[in-house]
Amino acid sequence: MMKIRDTSELEKYRKNVLEHRDAGHRWISLCVGTGCIATGAGRVAAALRRELEKANLKDVQVKETGCPGFCERGPLMVIHPQGILYQNVKPENAADIVKRTLKGGEVISELVYVDPSTDQHIELEKDIPFYSKQKRLILSNNPLVDPTSVEDYFAIGGYAALGKALGGMTPAQVIEEVKKAGLRGRGGAGFPTGVKWETTRRAHGRVKYVVCNADEGDPGAFMNRSVLEGNPHSVLEGMIIGAFAIGAREGYIYVRNEYPLAVKNATLAVQKARELGLLGTSILGSHFDFDINIVRGAGAFVCGEETALMASIEGKKGVPRQRPPFPSQEGLWGRPTNINNVETWANVPLIINKGAEWYSTIGSPSSKGTKIFALVGKIRNTGLVEVPLGTKLSDIIYGIGGGVPGERKLKAVQCGGPSGGMISAEHIDVPVDYEGLKKYGAMMGSGGLVVMDDSTCMVDIANYFLKFLLEESCGKCTTCREGIERMHELVTKITEGKATMDDLGLLEELATVVQDSTMCGLGNTAPNPVLTTLRYFRPEYEEHIKQKRCQAGVCRALITYWIDPKKCTGCGACAKKCPEEAISGRKKEAHTIDAKKCIRCGVCQATCKFGAVWRR
Amino acid sequence: MVNLKINDMDVMAEEGQTVLEACQFYGIDVPTLCYNEGLSPYGGCRLCVVEIGEGRSAKLVTSCTYPVSEGLVVRTRTRRVDRARRMVIELLLARCHTSKTLQDLASQYGVEKVRFSLKNDDCILCGLCVRMCKEQMMADAIGFVDRGKDMKITTPYNAKSDVCRRCGGCMYICPVCSARCQGPDTKDALCNGCLNMQPTCLESYDDAQCFMSEGNCGTCVREKAKEGGNKGV
Repeated sequence: MMKIRDTSELEKYRKNVLEHRDAGHRWISLCVGTGCIATGAGRVAAALRRELEKANLKDVQVKETGCPGFCERGPLMVIHPQGILYQNVKPENAADIVKRTLKGGEVISELVYVDPSTDQHIELEKDIPFYSKQKRLILSNNPLVDPTSVEDYFAIGGYAALGKALGGMTPAQVIEEVKKAGLRGRGGAGFPTGVKWETTRRAHGRVKYVVCNADEGDPGAFMNRSVLEGNPHSVLEGMIIGAFAIGAREGYIYVRNEYPLAVKNATLAVQKARELGLLGTSILGSHFDFDINIVRGAGAFVCGEETALMASIEGKKGVPRQRPPFPSQEGLWGRPTNINNVETWANVPLIINKGAEWYSTIGSPSSKGTKIFALVGKIRNTGLVEVPLGTKLSDIIYGIGGGVPGERKLKAVQCGGPSGGMISAEHIDVPVDYEGLKKYGAMMGSGGLVVMDDSTCMVDIANYFLKFLLEESCGKCTTCREGIERMHELVTKITEGKATMDDLGLLEELATVVQDSTMCGLGNTAPNPVLTTLRYFRPEYEEHIKQKRCQAGVCRALITYWIDPKKCTGCGACAKKCPEEAISGRKKEAHTIDAKKCIRCGVCQATCKFGAVWRR
Repeated sequence: MVNLKINDMDVMAEEGQTVLEACQFYGIDVPTLCYNEGLSPYGGCRLCVVEIGEGRSAKLVTSCTYPVSEGLVVRTRTRRVDRARRMVIELLLARCHTSKTLQDLASQYGVEKVRFSLKNDDCILCGLCVRMCKEQMMADAIGFVDRGKDMKITTPYNAKSDVCRRCGGCMYICPVCSARCQGPDTKDALCNGCLNMQPTCLESYDDAQCFMSEGNCGTCVREKAKEGGNKGV
């Protein structure tokens, strides 16, 4: 491959790429993100290629792209140039698609999206409410590029921002632009990115580093994975621009090894960028040298914390250290280091390309731009959504997410991962930005939104997150190591109905101290699930303690199963399935459950055809 | 030199000093467990927390790691600081109640009840021995293994170490095993011996004869509380 030596050659290369592409040609964009691969996208791709060859349609190209976000309906496929979206595609459908759609020009109604609320068939991708209600600045590129092809990235205007920055801007101007745009860190705390860059630039020392934090570990969050595996060059471009502005010559992408596709695509992208001369010495003919290394994380949640992440890159145990000094003064190997997360870096090329003024028109007064959220849990449309910051939470849940499925009612939304907080259904109109969420005790975090309906027990949920954090706490400081363990102990006691009101007071006192006096972000935010559930669902805690009752019927120790003698026909189906042989009774007579033997697994209720088994 | 305020007192400290060092220089008592002036700061025990800043931006930081800076406002014993310290002492005592150091701290801070179940552990994971072995003895024979609640201090692979010289530095510096407390029975975990002791020093000689520095044995703390003080809060 030829090296690109200056900005004019960059545009020449792009022109060359575009000349070889026919704007009106037919091609299929098939998502092969991790989610769609899990539902069989790999087999769909193979089947499609086979059928295309059989039908002798050589001009139709199947492009395996990154995740467009509508993971609920995967594997997803869009047929261009019309933009027809097919969902839940199976390998068996490949022949049909080739014959009827590509040859016959007909839309297969069984494969198109059906709006669950209106039952309307929607053929085109752009008309689907899940997409049309979003503002997709970053995710929109995912289904357009093959992550393994740098040409694809050039075709959608990639590396133009790099050309602009290196061709005619000084580092100070780049920083000024990012500052003016109002970009804030997408990793959780929301620190202004431009200010961070400036501090690192001004810090003493000739050797500086930039780091991309791709150690996304929240249960239910996968936006960084999708961006890094779907469009790795956008992250690289952001990092190169950032390194130029900061004066760094070396960069690291710290990506967790549980994301094999992201590791593979990022490694390939770095290799391609090196071949093109976009990484290496004298990038685009300037005096700027920069290279990126990929470091794989070993799977510790705490390594997403910046100081632990740096320790891990250095080859030490991934344990945080007390800040200050901040990484921008003393980071990797004691040198000034700028750490941003994947999404933050991916925003940088946008700002440089379209200007700070344009960027700052998007979002709320304090938080600019868009943010990708991972919408999961009890919601119709699971997937990634990208909306301007400041969008109402209700718009995301009901407008884009389609609300809670079935007859259930929304109870709470968990924002910002295990260490975020719950927003109760009554505060659903909160604007989702850094300040808005903080007001209600939650935080933006990396952007996980777990939707919960009224079959969820809040005490049980708090216990679940505490258990996660208990396993992930590094153990360095007392309040986190001992504090989380004791909080988990207390909440478990509550779910088992063994707690007293004194325990609740102790839990609250402990949670406040842990929040107040722990070393790193993990421990500081670990009590959030407890504190926010206590704030909005205190009666539920009290019910568990005083009445020994779990309204949602989740806490096993507090529920009992019984058989309604009027409804029981005595078929004995439940007795056969019961793993503890707790159900007895004569044939064709009402059965009973022995509460002492019952382990409350619920198998009897699931087995009974007559609705005779009740839970209370 | 930088100017800062500690407990409403204008003081000066050298640049690069930590808040703890400045406090110690001026004779202000800040309790520590994982700190030793010969070793690198660790910030793990959270006992040395102090409150900095004012109003809504006030926060707790570990004084052993926080560097002094111009205009910094430090308060070493506020309600918030004491609440945190008391909880840290209680958590550590529940883990390891045989430590005299911890029992003394409990009396000093008026911790009169341990509300958690006891673990009967022998280590509070302060990491002093690890740093002693590495930084002073240059042996690096022990380290932390595992993480979180399973973390412990041991040699690599739990095997007899080739680099250990049996110098005993680790035992010398340990705040738990160097001074064992014989006082408490295992039922309630707390000795509170000096807290509940009849204050002979106060009765016979006022407090002029007391060999402990003020506020260090708990008796004075409690006496002051009775007098209408606020337990040093």
